[in-house]
Amino acid sequence: MDKSEIDKIATLARLRVSPAEADEVATRIGGILTLIDQMQSVDTAGVEPLAHPLDAVQRLRADEVTETDRRDELLALAPSSRDGLFLVPKVIE
Amino acid sequence: MEWETVIGLEVHVQLSTRSKLFSGTSTAFGAEPNTQANIYDLAMPGTLPVLNGEALRMAVRFGLAIGAEISRQSIFDRKNYFYPDLPKGYQTSQLDYPTVGRGSIVIPLDGGGEKRIGVTRAHMEEDAGKSLHEAFTDGSGIDLNRAGTPLLEIVSEPDLRSAKEAVAYLKKLHSIVRYLDISDGDMSQGSMRCDANVSIRPMGASEFGTRTEIKNINSFRFVEKAINFEARRQRELLEDGGEITQETRLYDSTRDETRPMRGKEVANDYRYFPEPDLLPVVIDDKLIEQIRTELPELPDARRQRFAAEYGLSPYDADVLTANREMADYFERVATACGDAKLAANWVSVELQALLNRENLEIADSPISTANLATLIQRIKDGTISGKIAKTVFEQLASGDAGVDEIIEQQGLRQVTDAGEIEKLIDQVIAENAPQAQQFRNGKQQVLGYLVGQAMKLSKGKANPAQVNQLLRDKLES
Repeated sequence: MDKSEIDKIATLARLRVSPAEADEVATRIGGILTLIDQMQSVDTAGVEPLAHPLDAVQRLRADEVTETDRRDELLALAPSSRDGLFLVPKVIE
Repeated sequence: MEWETVIGLEVHVQLSTRSKLFSGTSTAFGAEPNTQANIYDLAMPGTLPVLNGEALRMAVRFGLAIGAEISRQSIFDRKNYFYPDLPKGYQTSQLDYPTVGRGSIVIPLDGGGEKRIGVTRAHMEEDAGKSLHEAFTDGSGIDLNRAGTPLLEIVSEPDLRSAKEAVAYLKKLHSIVRYLDISDGDMSQGSMRCDANVSIRPMGASEFGTRTEIKNINSFRFVEKAINFEARRQRELLEDGGEITQETRLYDSTRDETRPMRGKEVANDYRYFPEPDLLPVVIDDKLIEQIRTELPELPDARRQRFAAEYGLSPYDADVLTANREMADYFERVATACGDAKLAANWVSVELQALLNRENLEIADSPISTANLATLIQRIKDGTISGKIAKTVFEQLASGDAGVDEIIEQQGLRQVTDAGEIEKLIDQVIAENAPQAQQFRNGKQQVLGYLVGQAMKLSKGKANPAQVNQLLRDKLES
């Protein structure tokens, strides 16, 4: 794991990793990847893929409207809002 | 060089559930901004998704309708990206285990015949919110009403070979989701959105060319125009010795061109992983069989039945089954009046023209099926002529009176009394002596003119066949 890869992942994840931290982060992620490589070497032929550790299945909800309009309350939690809209920094030029 | 266009479509269909895919928030169209965005939709900490069972059943319904494999176990995944209208920072979607697997859709071809188009998969996912960049000058407004609305993304194989085929596929898809009642399919409201993957290759080549993806095309017409533009752009580029860049492009309908999307410097890397907040979704045989028995008759089956059962022409059967409401309307009229061919004519010609003129959907037809059936019966039993029927039809559309009421009140009943018709004929012969003489001298075609005069004199009410016969008898005697 080199520094440029750390930079790319940090950008995608919107995380700030300072140059000072980069080396340590690279070492730690490198350790995790080694562990994954080790697991990859296990022979899993004939084993069902597992998507979730719990041995349970998803429960379904009836298609009913149970929520009410709480706009004013929820907009008040945002740093900025106007005319019923959340206001964010301009995302396109 | 001759080129072949290769197209695959990704179509997002908004499922018409009452509530969102993972929360009990309403999905009604047109609400005030953010009045349909609740704590789960806003990704408040501690909230958890619960899958809408009806959305799942709708996806299965679609899968069964296109003969697809239904996954006994489907898995939701997180597709990670950052954008202000995606509060969770990921879209919950399905990657490796979509609910609907491989199936196919049959489309009609322009020169006759059909073609089977492969559907690779259809997966369930949630929609994002809406960014309003023009609302304010100092920032972007975010409306999260749409966030979490259930979508079914239907991915086709690269089996389409022209813009026309792409439109035919899209129309068939539209018709299927409407028949299944799983979406209103309204492209103008965004209930059905289309991305097109387009590439070209020398005719006869087996390798695909580099493709571009055209995003968010929002009408059938634009699908055709966008693909035609893009294929032409690629051809000119290649013939000038250039290379196609694999990229995402936007179709601009006002300029009729596609252009690269801006601000995509970081290549998409969605870092998918299984959604830990949702368990595997298990669909058992019992549920699949139950949904199968509830499937309505689909457009292809209905078209074939209309042709076989009612003796309709392929064209009429096509027109009358394009949407379910139209097909239902026709069947009710045909059954009630007992004459399918007349019913097909009146529905596909007169009624269609009326609806187009008034800009109405068939569900809002001003003429009930019962009234149209009675009108057709009155033509059949000779009470009125086909021509007078059009007058009655117009009055049915504009008022509350029934068919018989209109006929009686306005004296539109067809004149079939031989004595009365003879009187009309005598008058016509007297007033058109030269023409009558021409006929007697052997000029057969004058008869049409004389019949016309008699019909005019009767204000269209005389029985044309009788007028014809009696006039001929009189002149030849």
